[in-house]
Amino acid sequence: MWTKPTFSDEISNEMYATGARSLNCCIQCATCSSACPVVDFMDHTPRRLIGMINAGLRDEVLASNTFWMCASCYACSDHCPKGIKPSELMYVLKRYSIWKNRYREDLVGPEFSRRFVRTIAKTGKSYEPGYAPAFIFEGGLQGMVREMRMGMKLLAKGRIPLIPSRVKRVENFRRMLSRIVPLEGIA
Amino acid sequence: MKRYAYYPGCSAETVSASYHLSAVETATKLGIEFQEIEDWNCCGATPYSNIDELLAQTLCARNLAIAERDHLDVVAPCSACFKNLFHTNEHLKTDADLAEHLNFALEEDDLHYTGSVAVHHLIHVFVQDVGIEAIEGAVKHPLTGLKVAPYYGCQLVRPDRHDGFDAAGPRYFEDLLAAIGADPLPYPYRVRCCGASLMIANRRAALSMVRDLLRGAVQAGADVIATTCPLCQLNLECYQADVNREFGTAYAIPVLYFTQLMGLALGIRPKQLGIGTELVPAKAVLDCVARKPAVTAAPKRAKARQP
Repeated sequence: MWTKPTFSDEISNEMYATGARSLNCCIQCATCSSACPVVDFMDHTPRRLIGMINAGLRDEVLASNTFWMCASCYACSDHCPKGIKPSELMYVLKRYSIWKNRYREDLVGPEFSRRFVRTIAKTGKSYEPGYAPAFIFEGGLQGMVREMRMGMKLLAKGRIPLIPSRVKRVENFRRMLSRIVPLEGIA
Repeated sequence: MKRYAYYPGCSAETVSASYHLSAVETATKLGIEFQEIEDWNCCGATPYSNIDELLAQTLCARNLAIAERDHLDVVAPCSACFKNLFHTNEHLKTDADLAEHLNFALEEDDLHYTGSVAVHHLIHVFVQDVGIEAIEGAVKHPLTGLKVAPYYGCQLVRPDRHDGFDAAGPRYFEDLLAAIGADPLPYPYRVRCCGASLMIANRRAALSMVRDLLRGAVQAGADVIATTCPLCQLNLECYQADVNREFGTAYAIPVLYFTQLMGLALGIRPKQLGIGTELVPAKAVLDCVARKPAVTAAPKRAKARQP
């Protein structure tokens, strides 16, 4: 008889593709937490988050900022004595929260990721001024002045081109991506 | 002359143009030829993996397929591009289902990837293909007395690749700096993350990470931090003023690409290496290059010429 997969099952299934060992292997040693350079800014440490997933605490996990704080430096995965790859888990949780459209509203990461993906899907190349301005306003007027000051300095040094570069065969490029994921959803 | 398919990465056209310039100049000087990957596209950075992993790998697969069409191995100067291209390549070589799936998408651009190319980071090409000794032999102006913090960053050495260039106590950056006459310092933060795109997603966290890296370099007594990645350079250098404002510090340490230091030692003019586009002037480095012949080399030569 088919039973609905639990939250822990869903995360385990996603993790399977990464080649990591099962989260059930976690011995809660906190090597991941101590290797993490961003841990001070997470509401739950990576060790604790793994425990929460194993305990099936879906709402608490999705309400956490932990995985959106991950900068993908892989220090945790390199040091984990059980081969769990917590950095891959952070990616999995980011994708899961975007898929379910459930994440903390004060986080910039999800919308930034979406904008980035959209920009590349349109032009094939990244151009910072194309997606950065929306986030300048995070810091209010002060933040805007600060970012503009930096932008002007970089511009003066010739480090920001005025015209974004793009892929030449951009139509082929877009059709290529849409063979993987329908582009209507993202760009 | 060894040829590579060169993948500049998006930032080479924007904030890290100086890395691109100095990479090409130094490589040419050392007998390596770069052929830019025709019509390359973004590697997906980290945001693509935040949304869809297959889509992220498709972006990399297209670049690999174009390089394969020209029968060349890939070299990427950016650590994030390198990490993405390297791991997609590994996946495509070992997972036939994935390869079939992505090749179906690549058909749209008349491409097909069989998995025959290798992916390298620029610094690995210099260390492995050119070799530390050959580099030492090509030095014209050793950077004697220049104290350098070798900042590997995170994605250059991680995750584990088992290729001898990963996180298990790397030495090659220090060796390379010593080969160009500089003084590589023990830098405890050499493989710690710079915060990467957290600078946009969570500024306070990223600034505090950069603060730690700057403090570590200054405490070690560094004249300059040497980097291997555009995002590290951007965060460490361009956000230094922001760190100072946020934490009341007064850091003013230049952050150069390792290729710029190499280029100077090989006798390439600073302007050709993109030096002069920094927000924190690289004065200590340029002074070292300028005074070099006068302080140590010149007296020796003068003696030799006497008789």
